Amino acid sequence: MSAAAALSALPGRKSILAPPSKAADTAFYALTFAMAITVLALVLIVGVELFRGAQASIHSFGWRFFVGANWDPVNNDFGALPFIAGTAVSSILGTAIALPLSLATAIFLTELAPAWARQPVSTLVEMLASIPSVILGLWGIYVMVPWLHDALFPLLKRYFGFLPIFQGPIGGGYCMLSAAMIIAIMIVPIITSIAREVFRAVPDSQRDAAYALGATHWEATRLAVLNASTRGIFGAAMLGLARALGETMAVTMVIGNRPGFSASLFAPGSTLASTIANEFVEAVSDLHLSALFELGLALLLVTIVINLLARLLLGALGRKTRLGL
Amino acid sequence: MTSQPQTSPNTENPQPVATAQPRPTPGPDQPTFEVQGLNVWFGERQVLFDICLRVQPKAVTAIIGPSGCGKTTFLRCLNRMHELSPGARLEGRVRLLGEDLYARQVDPTLIRRRVGMVFQKSNPFPSMSVADNVTIGLKLNGVRRKSLLQERLEQTLRMAALWDEVKDRLQANALSLSGGQQQRLCIARALAIEPEVLLMDEPASALDPQATAKIEELVLQLRRQLTIVIVTHNMQQASRISEITAFFYAGKLIEADQTKKLFTNPSHQQTEDYVTGRFG
Amino acid sequence: MNDLHHQWRKAKNWIVSGLCFACALMVLLPLGLVVFHLIRMGASSIDWAFLTQLPNRAGEPGGGMANAIVGSLILISLAAAIGIPVGVLGGIYLAEYASDRRRASIRFAADLLNGTPSIVWGIVVYALVVRPMKGASAYAGGLALALIIIPLVIRTTEEILQLVPNGHREAALALGIPKWKGIVFIVLKTARQGILSGALLACSRVAGETAPLLFTAAGNDSWSRKLSEPIASLPRQIYDFAIGPYDDWHRQAWAGALILMMVALAINVTVRILMRGSSLPSGQMTQM
Repeated sequence: MSAAAALSALPGRKSILAPPSKAADTAFYALTFAMAITVLALVLIVGVELFRGAQASIHSFGWRFFVGANWDPVNNDFGALPFIAGTAVSSILGTAIALPLSLATAIFLTELAPAWARQPVSTLVEMLASIPSVILGLWGIYVMVPWLHDALFPLLKRYFGFLPIFQGPIGGGYCMLSAAMIIAIMIVPIITSIAREVFRAVPDSQRDAAYALGATHWEATRLAVLNASTRGIFGAAMLGLARALGETMAVTMVIGNRPGFSASLFAPGSTLASTIANEFVEAVSDLHLSALFELGLALLLVTIVINLLARLLLGALGRKTRLGL
Repeated sequence: MTSQPQTSPNTENPQPVATAQPRPTPGPDQPTFEVQGLNVWFGERQVLFDICLRVQPKAVTAIIGPSGCGKTTFLRCLNRMHELSPGARLEGRVRLLGEDLYARQVDPTLIRRRVGMVFQKSNPFPSMSVADNVTIGLKLNGVRRKSLLQERLEQTLRMAALWDEVKDRLQANALSLSGGQQQRLCIARALAIEPEVLLMDEPASALDPQATAKIEELVLQLRRQLTIVIVTHNMQQASRISEITAFFYAGKLIEADQTKKLFTNPSHQQTEDYVTGRFG
Repeated sequence: MNDLHHQWRKAKNWIVSGLCFACALMVLLPLGLVVFHLIRMGASSIDWAFLTQLPNRAGEPGGGMANAIVGSLILISLAAAIGIPVGVLGGIYLAEYASDRRRASIRFAADLLNGTPSIVWGIVVYALVVRPMKGASAYAGGLALALIIIPLVIRTTEEILQLVPNGHREAALALGIPKWKGIVFIVLKTARQGILSGALLACSRVAGETAPLLFTAAGNDSWSRKLSEPIASLPRQIYDFAIGPYDDWHRQAWAGALILMMVALAINVTVRILMRGSSLPSGQMTQM
């Protein structure tokens, strides 16, 4: 049958198609819209519930909550400073440890690695990210901390013991430094991944210009890529820090869980998240619970601020990547 | 596929704004499309100026002109696809067989069933087989009877001169076909829902000469039953397959006339410059 | 050009390259060690008894984590049943309907939520569900996990839908197909592997979450007869046993951890295989 003959064999022009339903279109739009709006609602809900729960504590302590050093459930006196300090120290130190390693890995992956090695190494780094916190904590308790306690900490004490951070008894090894190290392990993947994006964003023409001047591979990387990426690197570090702030399980399992201050990294400590995890279920009083809510609120606000800062530093890249993952 | 407004062409005799009517049109048939005073914008930028054109039924009307002159935009106004672009705005009247296309109560979905479209870059649905691609328009518009779907599948594939080449692999993924075959598949897909008009936006521009020849042959066969409006940047193609040709330039319709006349004895200097290759 | 200086520059190049390579290895070392120890300490403990028995009383060696495994499955199912449809539909809105401004604000909110520490979700659901219900429950735990899934899946769905070339949408509309049918039957179909991958990865992520469950689902030494009761979960059980006083508990914690890790790994591998068959580039899909 030729094309023309086939055409003339078509039945009459009356349409066999069903009339479209405007209602279905509107209904689907409404459904998807409603589902999308839930995230806006959730943001509100989180804020409201934390605030409401923290009301009693806010009312009782006001600003003293954040500078008070005494966390005393028995006497209903709550000051969050030890946990704020603990969170700050463990997270910042963890980020400081992770940052150079992540950057070096990112450089390796974007600039220096042979083509066949890139995918496998990058896949492995991603796998590191998929280890659940509690499993890393388990490994931390029974493998990492014993090793730190037996091998690394004595070394640090021997050669750097003059520094106040390395003074004091090593104890069981469940301490701030262990927490910082386990945090570092957990945030390396995200810093590496963002840093890779930052480096990839540097146009090849920059690298070419450096090579044309006779630079070696490393010199070209330093001149063209690293110099241009300072803001991005800070942004990546911020994202790592934001992630570090929220780590709960692995940190709780190796930090020693003793509220208090110490200049020594070998001393046990607590973070905002670990305290909430440890005390929430068995809160002694309503005020205690409210104080824990306020800890949660503080944690959330700090995390949001750091995330926003990171987003700012990363510019367009920050809007593209899924932050906080 | 935005139309860039061109700067004023350097002609010796500036022409008044074009409101060309095709002349003389054969037959007393009601024109399929009657476009009057069509002005089109993308946001603040106007891309079509006061277009007036009649498209004759059961004939091929070719739209030619240099890149960016508004050909594709014009085409997309004929099946209400233009309004999908962000910031799209339109004034004027477009009538399909006497009905105002842009009247308030008109459902664009219904219009698009009557006015089909084939795109410049063939776009068969990748997650579906050849057969599913052809029948998807019918299925999603309520046709369920398997026998009818099967019948229409074969008919439209024959109409698109594709049946013999794919009849043994109807269940193969659509992307396994060659470029030219994919485009003919898209034509079959458009034909399956029985449109009255087929709009074609440079359908062969990405294809090799052999595939192009097949498409042109197809157009010549189809025009006996359908009205066809085809945008093309290939003047030889326009002269081969169309009865009426409309020449667009910088968003204005310069001239529309019987193809032979437009190419051999155009009325406007600009048209002559373009068809003789002095610019473009 | 000073030849010695040139040699030094070349040497520096090699040193730095070596350092970067060493750092990459150092970064991967914990991964290797964790997997190694999981297998070494846990593999021998996984047997039929472990998978099917309830935990023994405190101090008694032996027993299993059957309730924890089933509990996790229940919690993930609850979370997925709520979270994935909401996330996918929300992602459809973002990619197909939203104006630029709305899209930006919803994306921003989703990103904020994605950056929320997971323990905060536990607190919120405690206030919303556990306190009114006067007790922990599987419902609460499932909800907490669902709230983690929603902003995640919204973003992954949106990203993958944006990769679908616009030509498909136009072709569908040009066929006179209503917009919603075009989205559901054509665009979604094209993107189905990507969307499924995003959903699976989200499930894998919440499978390992402990903090949000601590005071929502809590834990259970035995089977939960109703969803309104506290329910055991694998991460919670691992945690309890890991910090507990008995060596036998520690042994079981390793076994449970190995199971959890294998599940996460299985899902990740499935996702990679899925994405290979997709017609869309997978991009950052596997980064969670």
